[in-house]
Amino acid sequence: MLSKRIIPCLDVKDGRTVKGVNFVDLRDAGDAVELAAYYAEQGADELVFLDITATHEKRKTLVDLVQKVAKELNIPFTVGGGISTPEDVGVLLNAGADKVSINSSAVRNPKLISDLASRFGSQCVVVAVDARFADGKWEVYLNGGRLATGIDLFDWILEAERLGAGEILFTSMNHDGTKNGFANETLAKLSEMINIPIIASGGAGNMEHFADTFTEGKADAALAASVFHFKEIEIPNLKNYLKSKNIPVRI
Amino acid sequence: MIYLIPGIRDSHLSLNKMKDQKIVIIDYDAGNIQSVKYAFERLGITPVVSNDEEVIRSADKVIFPGVGEAAWAMNSLRKNGLDQLIPQLTQPVLGICLGMQLMCESSEESNTKGLGIFPLQVKRFTNERKVPHMGWNQLEELKGSLFKGVSEMEFAYFVHSYYVPCSEETVASCDYILNFSASLQKDNFYACQFHPEKSGEVGVRILENFINL
Repeated sequence: MLSKRIIPCLDVKDGRTVKGVNFVDLRDAGDAVELAAYYAEQGADELVFLDITATHEKRKTLVDLVQKVAKELNIPFTVGGGISTPEDVGVLLNAGADKVSINSSAVRNPKLISDLASRFGSQCVVVAVDARFADGKWEVYLNGGRLATGIDLFDWILEAERLGAGEILFTSMNHDGTKNGFANETLAKLSEMINIPIIASGGAGNMEHFADTFTEGKADAALAASVFHFKEIEIPNLKNYLKSKNIPVRI
Repeated sequence: MIYLIPGIRDSHLSLNKMKDQKIVIIDYDAGNIQSVKYAFERLGITPVVSNDEEVIRSADKVIFPGVGEAAWAMNSLRKNGLDQLIPQLTQPVLGICLGMQLMCESSEESNTKGLGIFPLQVKRFTNERKVPHMGWNQLEELKGSLFKGVSEMEFAYFVHSYYVPCSEETVASCDYILNFSASLQKDNFYACQFHPEKSGEVGVRILENFINL
């Protein structure tokens, strides 16, 4: 049976992983290769690296990091952040990334999705969408949630699928950071509306939240950062819990 | 402690036999071959990446990878005469993902004529469930040398929208919408619909088995 995927997300800056990752048993907590290997051994099904490097000049360090990770990692991984052209994608895929995630650049230039799908295949194009619910409406935001677009979430996701997205990574800004669970009602609506996989993101606080997003939210995969990085949830325990709830997972 | 990738540490095989081999990955500009190359490097082998007929013919083992669209990939093969060469190869050949589909007679994807190594037709999944079939799914009904040491119902990583129905050549099956071929074998030709290079320890085992054929 196709299993539900558990995906830790790692923030990367200037070629190193950041954001409070605090494993005492890692020699170097900022070393992406060590962290990636740790999560792979724990049973993560995929990894996402999100590059938050500010300057263009430092982008090359991301490519070096992707290459180092790809050489060691035997599970799939996605790279996102600052990708705006097919050339950017070509460089990352050649370095060994399996998929790329595009967000603001796809909203600004939707044709980027179809360009990438026809050149590299839909399977490697993840369209990430940040949205906020207010006044009875889900609105798409850009630049890490700082810029409102006026675009309706459902319209945009349908358009992204039509243009050739292989997967949708949906982050609810209302839920992100709250640790109160994922946006399951909206996820379920999205999941039934489209015919490509959807990754739930934003709101993971405990193991029940993961079970809920797979059952009530009908998500195909769930992504989280801090609950994994701070070991509030350990992946082997999470997977055993999900299995006990009859949710198909890879153990 | 330093965490190592699973598989490196647990490897028990005859390393010498492996390292002496010449593994050639066919390069025809169809998708990402880095992952496949790195997977062999993790096993201590430096594969040669080539589209040259002589180099491919001289290999001990040949890897035929592929990601992307079938018709476009077949055109790429034709440009280098690889469509003629691959079916004639006599050493073990391993097709991966689109590589496996191109080894069949034909594909519903853009009505593409394939290499005809496996007398099978590649079909598109119906939209009963999400397509592509993406993620980790279980290998069943395992047969033959590629799956030595791999247990029934172990997970491998799949990403595909088209599938090969089960047939006489099927040596592993998988269930998504219907039962389909996860792996094929006929004579010296082997193929996996999943990505062994991205399938954790199970994938490592399958690649080791291929090298040790």
